[in-house]
Amino acid sequence: MKIKLSRKFGVTAAALATALAGFAFQSSAHAWEPSKTVEFVVPAGTGGGADQMARVIQSIVAKHNLMKQSMVVVNKAGGAGAEGFLDVKGASGDAHKIIITLSNLFTTPLATGVPFNWRDLTPVQMLALDQFVLWVNAGKPYKNVKEFLAAAKGSKFKMAGTGSKQEDQIITVGIEKSAGVKFIYIPFRGGGDVAVQLVGNHADATVNNPIEAVAHWRGGKLRPLCVFDPKRMPYKEKVTATMSWSDIPTCKEQGLDFDYLMLRGIFMAPGVSPDQVKFYTDLIAKVRETKEWKEFIEKGAFNTTALAGKEYADWVAKEEARHVSLMKSAGFIAGAK
Amino acid sequence: MEEIRSLIEGFGVALSLKNVGLMFVGVILGVVIGVLPGLGGANGVAILLPLTFSMAQSPGGTTSAIILLSCIYWGALFGGAITSILFNIPGEPWSVATTFDGYPLAQQGRAGAALTAAFTSSFVGAFIATVVITFLSPIVAGFALQFGPPEFFSVYLLTFCAFVGMSKEPPAKTLTAMMTGFALAAVGTDPVTGTLRLTFGSVELLSGFDFLIAVIGLFGIGEILLTMEEGLAFKGADAKINMKVVMQTWKELPRYWATSMRSSIVGCFMGIVPGGATPASFMAYGGAQRFSKDGAKFGTGKIEGVVAPETAAHAAGTSALLPMLTLGVPGSPTAAVLLGGLLIWGLQPGPMLFVEQKEFVWGLIASIYLGNIAGLIVVLTCVPLFAAILRIPFAVIAPVIMVVCAIGAYTVKTNMFDVWMMLMFGVLGYVFKKLNYPLAPLVLAIVLGDRAEASFRQAMLVSEGQMSIFFSNGLVGSITGLALFLLAWPVISMLIAKAKGK
Repeated sequence: MKIKLSRKFGVTAAALATALAGFAFQSSAHAWEPSKTVEFVVPAGTGGGADQMARVIQSIVAKHNLMKQSMVVVNKAGGAGAEGFLDVKGASGDAHKIIITLSNLFTTPLATGVPFNWRDLTPVQMLALDQFVLWVNAGKPYKNVKEFLAAAKGSKFKMAGTGSKQEDQIITVGIEKSAGVKFIYIPFRGGGDVAVQLVGNHADATVNNPIEAVAHWRGGKLRPLCVFDPKRMPYKEKVTATMSWSDIPTCKEQGLDFDYLMLRGIFMAPGVSPDQVKFYTDLIAKVRETKEWKEFIEKGAFNTTALAGKEYADWVAKEEARHVSLMKSAGFIAGAK
Repeated sequence: MEEIRSLIEGFGVALSLKNVGLMFVGVILGVVIGVLPGLGGANGVAILLPLTFSMAQSPGGTTSAIILLSCIYWGALFGGAITSILFNIPGEPWSVATTFDGYPLAQQGRAGAALTAAFTSSFVGAFIATVVITFLSPIVAGFALQFGPPEFFSVYLLTFCAFVGMSKEPPAKTLTAMMTGFALAAVGTDPVTGTLRLTFGSVELLSGFDFLIAVIGLFGIGEILLTMEEGLAFKGADAKINMKVVMQTWKELPRYWATSMRSSIVGCFMGIVPGGATPASFMAYGGAQRFSKDGAKFGTGKIEGVVAPETAAHAAGTSALLPMLTLGVPGSPTAAVLLGGLLIWGLQPGPMLFVEQKEFVWGLIASIYLGNIAGLIVVLTCVPLFAAILRIPFAVIAPVIMVVCAIGAYTVKTNMFDVWMMLMFGVLGYVFKKLNYPLAPLVLAIVLGDRAEASFRQAMLVSEGQMSIFFSNGLVGSITGLALFLLAWPVISMLIAKAKGK
């Protein structure tokens, strides 16, 4: 009874939200469509990158009435996201549950030994890839990667990053290995904190996502040195007075041979039917057509690669193998000291 | 005065009929959310966030959207005090200190006075913090940049030490309770190495013990068990139900202006840093106890003991918006959700926001003034109503509280395991009370334990294990020094008393 009551509350709140926004339902022709509220699991805390993306999708779906039922975002951040993944893994055959993933899809089971793997879930669709940029404080003398690495050699530079044994620390180890330097990695709770630590000169560098650091870049407090994408970012509109995202060189151009992009993709529970998967790939395709989504993607300077089906699964498998080797060489695998 | 002109323009934006209507809707929703334990301001704002997305598309709509959401936040801040005072169940971490004197007051039949004092002080704290945001934002915005890991740790240390020093219970009992809290806070993911600890392979323990589960159990269920043993009656049954109580309390409140001012300063500091509203409320309570003439009677039902934590919590909650807007660092979970909202609406918090989105920023600041006035009106008119809840017979209200607590515990993570945890915490709370161990240090340690640990270990990474980092500059050195002084205070005061006795 208790369970029902609170479920009801969520549903009522969501229904209320839809009703208040004043949308009329329209019919569509799908082999399968949700018959009740869809739970959108975020294996991370409120306010972070994955959470923002999930909530943008939720609001676009509601605003354009892309689905008859409503969608609620649920944060299950425990154990570096393991809580959310295990929840979806355990909901076999439940097509009313989708999950947005970040790199913790690979890193969490490797670092903690919690038993799950992306193969336990059903891949649906890649949404985008998140970029990482090497940032330093604008007050520092080094203007490019070479000068930065020269300064880092021999001195113990502090690298602030989000979380432990996750993407930021993997990139830090990647820089160390390819440039032969050594950093002291200091884990913080969220990307916003990390950016402020750098602005306040409590750290020497970060690998923040564009959206986490852009405000301070525009405010003249931070300087981007390079982006960890093999290609430059395509966004040519000026972000500061003199630079656009596409003016940031790639790390490879700068002689730092390491690249890393983070998955933002959607998975479902195991044991769902192809019709059910198709419903969500179609839904995401519609979301990606909207003006709001395009604005969001540009603001966050995302890489817009968006694979589905087998290509997506292949990409994930390749990326998993890469994480295993990166984390093994960094000594981040649980139980293997 | 540039600020005043901008602010007046802001009032022009915020004072449209639509926006004022949204303020009241937001505040009422917020109060309801604040009263239900487990739901909390952050969840409430998150649930309604998508709704505002379409609002934000219309011209000037972003301001309306943030007004609605921030008013839910103010409402939840006000609402959190209600259950703390009436039932000894704090709905938010910063309401814990409010229970110390608020609940005894309610038991003495002065629930109305306690509620009025709480609401009014909340308003005063928020008002002063808003004035700080209005006029000092360019100066104080940069202050948060001074805070690295050692500074954060010294602030948490100060909170813990102040607690041990000021506690009425023997320091050994306070320390025992606090250490139990630290042990519980350690369960889950290690913040520095990312590995799991103390979970014993259990999936449910992955995310550790949530503050809300602990507090609902320790305070709510524990209190009900105790009341059942002591004879099935709430002692607040003779609460008067009329509006006079508001006026009478208001007459008394100006006496505590010094406490209010001190608490506001503590609150603003902790909000801007951002150390959070929870340490602010405890520090303000400790400060009031130390400096008040009636300090010894704190905890037995003093209005001043309600004024101090409520003022500080609201000052901190409000000024936490400043680092959020200027630096993109949320000072509280709710601020984190609001921050997500800003990004979704296409606003980029940061140093440029005040330059590029003037209308939005000043509309928001104006709405903080107006939203808090709206909040005060709503909650004050409901004081008699809230106080009347205590007239309901215990046999009726106790099962209702149990059910609401269970729903609250379930809602936190939609997890049945948490409901069992809540009951276990209830038994623990009962045992603590029977043995006269204080509950507050336990709760404080659960709330701040992992953050204090993370800051300490980050600082150790920075300094490569040198403890001297906690005295490495004037700021961190003086906070750490003050903390150690407060920790030693019981011993020092004993020595002074001995010396005087001779």
